[in-house]
Amino acid sequence: MAEIMLELNEINTFYGKAHILHDLSFKVAAGEVVALLGRNGAGKTTTMRTIMQLARPQSGTVQFEGNDITRWATHKVAQAGIGYVPEERRIFGDLTVMENLEVGRQPVRDGLPAWTVEHLFELFPNLAERRDNRGKQMSGGEQQMLTIARTLMGNPKLLLLDEPSEGIAPVIVEQMAQTLLEIKAKGLTVLLSEQNLHFARIVADRAIIIEGGGAVFDSTFEDLETHPEIRDQYLSV
Amino acid sequence: MSFYFAQFLTGLSSASSLFLVACGLSLIFGVTRVVNFAHGSFYMLGAYVAYALVQFVPGSILGFWGSVLAAALIVALVGVVVEILILKRIYNAPELYQLVATFGVVLLMQDAILLIFGGDDQFGPRAPGLDSVVRVFGEPIPEYDLVLIALGPIVLGALWLLLNRTRWGILVRAATLDREMVASLGVNQSWLFTTVFFLGSFLAGLGGALQLPRVSINLLMDLSIIAEAFVVVVIGGMGSIPGAFIAALLIGELNAFGVLVLPQATIVLAFVVMAVVLVIRPYGLLGKAETLAHVAGQVELPIRPASTLAKSIAGLLLIGLVVMPFLAGEFAIVLATDVLIFALFAASLHFIMSNGGMVSFGHAAYFGLGAYGAAFVIKYAGGSMELALLAAPLMAAAGALIFGWFCVRLSGVYMAMLTLAAAQIVWSTAYQWQDLTGGDDGLLGIWPSEWAKSKTAYYYLALVLCGGGILAMRRMIFSPFGYTLRGGRDNPNRTESIGINLRQHQWAAFIIAGVFAGIAGGVYVFSKGSIFPDEAAIPRSVDALVMVLLGGVQTLSGPVVGAGVFRLLEDEISRLDYWRAILGVIIISIVVIAPEGIAGFIKKIAVKAGFERNEEQAS
Repeated sequence: MAEIMLELNEINTFYGKAHILHDLSFKVAAGEVVALLGRNGAGKTTTMRTIMQLARPQSGTVQFEGNDITRWATHKVAQAGIGYVPEERRIFGDLTVMENLEVGRQPVRDGLPAWTVEHLFELFPNLAERRDNRGKQMSGGEQQMLTIARTLMGNPKLLLLDEPSEGIAPVIVEQMAQTLLEIKAKGLTVLLSEQNLHFARIVADRAIIIEGGGAVFDSTFEDLETHPEIRDQYLSV
Repeated sequence: MSFYFAQFLTGLSSASSLFLVACGLSLIFGVTRVVNFAHGSFYMLGAYVAYALVQFVPGSILGFWGSVLAAALIVALVGVVVEILILKRIYNAPELYQLVATFGVVLLMQDAILLIFGGDDQFGPRAPGLDSVVRVFGEPIPEYDLVLIALGPIVLGALWLLLNRTRWGILVRAATLDREMVASLGVNQSWLFTTVFFLGSFLAGLGGALQLPRVSINLLMDLSIIAEAFVVVVIGGMGSIPGAFIAALLIGELNAFGVLVLPQATIVLAFVVMAVVLVIRPYGLLGKAETLAHVAGQVELPIRPASTLAKSIAGLLLIGLVVMPFLAGEFAIVLATDVLIFALFAASLHFIMSNGGMVSFGHAAYFGLGAYGAAFVIKYAGGSMELALLAAPLMAAAGALIFGWFCVRLSGVYMAMLTLAAAQIVWSTAYQWQDLTGGDDGLLGIWPSEWAKSKTAYYYLALVLCGGGILAMRRMIFSPFGYTLRGGRDNPNRTESIGINLRQHQWAAFIIAGVFAGIAGGVYVFSKGSIFPDEAAIPRSVDALVMVLLGGVQTLSGPVVGAGVFRLLEDEISRLDYWRAILGVIIISIVVIAPEGIAGFIKKIAVKAGFERNEEQAS
């Protein structure tokens, strides 16, 4: 296995009194695309937020490239090279497409592709046409592309994608899968959370299923197929 | 005609000054969500520092304009210090904490300036080369006013460029919309906030320094400008710079022409306009609905009936209060009467705040209305004390009925600002309507009936009325009405979707709180024998907030404890020089160090010692 990029170690995260993540541990290797699967409320978003330190774990550690980033300020985590695409997209509605991209801009990191606005417009042609439109004037699919593009402007090493296919037309989901494969080809490591198993299969190398805030399955998709009872137990609605 | 044009120009020049202050305030609120009371103090500081630089820098190396700029820069640095030392620690706290903390800065700054410059009015020099008048259609217009008129649009343009054409500006605008997302994209918002505070304070200092050739500078500049700046910011839409510009023009001209039509009601007019604008456009002319700051929601602990221990302490306290006059001297009895009055006043504010989730920045309005209502009965109707004490809650209820109707249409900071405006309407009416209220001289000689004349008798009267009031509100908190209010506080949408008219409930709660504040005001006026407009002014409203905060917002006994501690403390330190500064430091320390308040703090200890149920484990 290649070098470990991200490692969660017995993470426990609470929202107020609600215990969301229970001793959650998993690893992501450099260059890997890992899908975090699980039902609504299983703890996928909280996992993402914990990695970004937007939710502070009560115990356990998050390691990124060998550094313990637990309790770092969120902007430091982002500056270290973790790009976060949140579930609700959260584009800046009053800012134009160009301005949204500007907010995401970070210095280039060594040994990684430097994303420029031009590159991103090649990857997401729709955005180029709408560069001077305000974020709130765009459709859901366009907003999702803008969020991903905005995060890529930070030249991240690791991309966290929280349910990228949620609430988006099936045609766009196909397109998005292609885009993610292109991003992967550039050498980015990706951790994405998904409920759409079909979408996850296309882009991810490995599946981690979480249920009740803990990892219950961590293996390849082939493995998952040979255990339909796991899929039925943890993923079917 | 030419006279009206001259008046129009005067309006424009005061609009420019107002805009300078208001745009800084709006900018700071837009990004940090802090309602910064100290902004007026920065304005005042700017004027004093510029005065000092012009007056005392040898050889006048800086000259007038150099001094103005240097003063603005110094104020900006003071603003940065305040931001780093105080505000950084409380960005995620509720509005109340921030407001009270910045009011602590107001108190501190007042005494600092008093210490350095003394309390007399100071007169600055005229601006060199701009000390004469020009004739416009035959009317004399000061040259300096023309410069100010030009300055407003220039600053507006510069700010627009800064916000739309620089990376810093784009980040600031993004942070206004979604702070958490900005941090997730690797932007150090802490640093961004400090720079915003720098710029905002710079503009306030500039606004103040530019007043030097126009008006005398004095220690009242801070609160008078902040009230007006709040009005401008709210009318324009909080966070909107162009909105602030339009609103400043509106208020500037309103003042210029209002003086001609209604010289007695100039201050009231601005607040009336604000109330009307907010009812038509709840978020101001160019404002947008409040964006959620994406701060992890604070979970309110359920309010539970008192434990046996708490009940026994309350019982002991009541016995202590009843026997107190037999043991203590007259001075202590007077002080205890005061504590009772303010306990009721604070409890009435706590009633709408903790139960209804409605933060009132202007609760003194109802205290003042109650006090004036009682005083009117004695002064003009020749009525008795008993009748006057009945009139007090009625007058306060009438005020709460009208203002409440407007206020419950809004929520959050906008609602708080409207309650502040309501209180300013009451205050300025009391201040300007000399014939009725005696204006600044107040109404004197309002004494209790014969049977309540002795300090002890009056103490018992206060104990019955105030203690009774507090218990009555406590009952309501545990009634279905109280549960409905708390439901609305925690989730307005769900409460309404089960068929409850939340707005009506909130209106009722607002009136109830007004009634009890009015009773407190009525009891107060007879204990002092007089009433002045100050009883409805901003510092009185902040007193109530501080008492609630001192006691702890989430604790039912909080306001009582808070009022007791606050009154005793105030009594101790108000005999010292510079007591405002001391009070300011105490307030700031409490907000920063013990945000759960005294009662909350004691409760925490009681839980630790095992006397009380621990809410954390209970679930």
